[in-house]
Amino acid sequence: MSLRDELGPYFGEYGGRFVPESLIKALDELDAEYTAAKTDPVFQAELTALHATYTGRPSIITEVPRFARHAGGARILLKREDLNHTGSHKINNVLGQALLARRLGKTRLIAETGAGQHGVATATAAALFGMECVVYMGEVDTERQALNVARMRLLGAEVIPVTAGSRTLKDAINEALRDWVANVDTTHYLLGTVAGPHPFPVMVRDFHKIIGEEAREQVLALTGRLPDAVTACVGGGSNAMGIFHAFLDDADVRLVGFEAAGEGVDTPRHAATITMGRPGVLHGARSYLLQDEDGQTVESHSISAGLDYPGVGPEHSWLADIGRASYRPVTDSEAMDALRLMATTEGIIVAIETAHALAGVLRLGEELGPDSVILVNLSGRGDKDMVTIGNYFGVIDREAEQV
Amino acid sequence: MNIPSSTVAEAIASANRDRAGALIGYLPAGYPDIDTSIEAAVALAENGIDVIELGLPYSDPVMDGPVIQEATQTALAAGFRLRNGFEVMAAITARVSIPVVFMSYWNPIVQYGVERFADDIVAAGGAGLITPDLIPDEAASWIAASDRAGLDRIFLAAPSSTPERLAQAVETSRGFVYAVSTMGITGARLDVDSAAKSLVARLRASGATSTCVGLGISSADQVREVLAYADGAIVGSALVKALTTGGVSAVAETAAALSAGTRL
Ligand SMILES: Cc1ncc(COP(=O)(O)O)c(C=O)c1O
Repeated sequence: MSLRDELGPYFGEYGGRFVPESLIKALDELDAEYTAAKTDPVFQAELTALHATYTGRPSIITEVPRFARHAGGARILLKREDLNHTGSHKINNVLGQALLARRLGKTRLIAETGAGQHGVATATAAALFGMECVVYMGEVDTERQALNVARMRLLGAEVIPVTAGSRTLKDAINEALRDWVANVDTTHYLLGTVAGPHPFPVMVRDFHKIIGEEAREQVLALTGRLPDAVTACVGGGSNAMGIFHAFLDDADVRLVGFEAAGEGVDTPRHAATITMGRPGVLHGARSYLLQDEDGQTVESHSISAGLDYPGVGPEHSWLADIGRASYRPVTDSEAMDALRLMATTEGIIVAIETAHALAGVLRLGEELGPDSVILVNLSGRGDKDMVTIGNYFGVIDREAEQV
Repeated sequence: MNIPSSTVAEAIASANRDRAGALIGYLPAGYPDIDTSIEAAVALAENGIDVIELGLPYSDPVMDGPVIQEATQTALAAGFRLRNGFEVMAAITARVSIPVVFMSYWNPIVQYGVERFADDIVAAGGAGLITPDLIPDEAASWIAASDRAGLDRIFLAAPSSTPERLAQAVETSRGFVYAVSTMGITGARLDVDSAAKSLVARLRASGATSTCVGLGISSADQVREVLAYADGAIVGSALVKALTTGGVSAVAETAAALSAGTRL
């Protein structure tokens, strides 16, 4: 059977709908609307037109030979989701769900956001469609992604800093779920990754699978063959599922996701969910999870707000278990070094999330060798991270110059 | 199947014979500390509460408003462990004669082991479990374990639930069906949604014989209003707030005041 045909609610033992009864009707309605939209030429035409005239699809691929010299000489191709309107892959899913929300008669969009890219994309769609928009964002993240907070506010969204728990993405999702339970009649919860209760994991994946479909054609056209490996960073896992999906049945193509290892997986400060977690239930789905013996969620840590999440989408857990994809940890400092290397060798400043994939690819290239072709999902651009990047390298550079 | 009779349903039925209906009181285990949480629960039993709902603190309580969130996070920060929940349960059931059920999010139960969780409720003298984020569709393991152990299991019904889903909630619940009064989360509200009344009527039409209304109830008047059409009223945040501001004696006073709403 084709691995591309998984429709949920379960992927093996993962997925499902572990939510309060109050949300079931909304999830059922969303599922029905989405199922109808999949085969509705009007919906598909609307989404395709938006992508062509607003998002800027298809996104290009860029070969990066100067960067690749540091990766064992492998050919490295970037799928440039950073060039999409709003600056990341997140817009693909947002426009799809916003169209569905409009069809469902919802007038209010709510979202969680970590890096702020999903929040910006949602605020953008709300502005475009004339909808009200509220974005929940952990207080820690409103500080480290202040530029995106300003963007969301300029776009007319209300940004609510969440002060509970670890004050990051996990807590923003809790708050968004509470809002949704209370306002489900008027409100669509525009979840930003391939996690959450069914139908979100399949639906969000499907709205992003255009990434891999385009890239598969583009790589074939450029190199005459399929890549040896397809890679992405993994927070909740949406950009990774988006680029993996078209290649799931290409058995010779390795799929590799890079998780945030923070200060190291041998420390408690990381967000490497599949590497270090075990199955459990969080935010409506069964999946790998960073948790203690009692099933209490453990706080994650990453320099990257978008990867700082103790859960992961259920389809990734399944792909890991059946061995179709592998997941590897990348530390904060490895990611930051790769970010700088990409900037100085190729003139591309990537998001810190994305930099985790680049760091992973530097090692993967060494393993696969000079004849290999590696495709990387360049999920987002680094503008939002300039303060963090500046502070990080500011310190390092001053010391380096003194030597 | 040999479905055991329900101690919780009996307590609710008895309250409906003697008074206007049952009053169910929620408090979190381990808040503000283990010993005080036991004393506070005992105070509920001594002041007109018919069934105790003992909350197990969880890191990501999406059904809870600020008052209960803060209490349960305080308990966790103080080092509360799941096994302490069973200790608290056992200490309470040793001293009171009313039924005590847990209220727990699903992941802690999964990690503890569903069968072991059921066995340990029985060992602690508990009567069953309320599951706010577990719908019957996902509950096969808990339905089997609770049948085997003879425990009550309480699922939620919402104003938005379809007739089919209400029927499922009625069929799979034992003890009572938890009717969510409003589309929202826990927290005291000024007026309890009128949606509750029609939800209870719809549940009865689906065959429910024991239906309790929760979310937003905080005064004796609201208890009386709810008991006019439901079998029980569930109070949480108001009791937790009393515990936070005035300790065990305030819990006792609040419970006694609320129970005035159960008088005929
Ligand atoms: C640029 C970028 N890449 C990756 C991610 C991680 O999310 P996901 O794993 O869902 O792609 C984010 C999330 O904020 C992001 O902004």
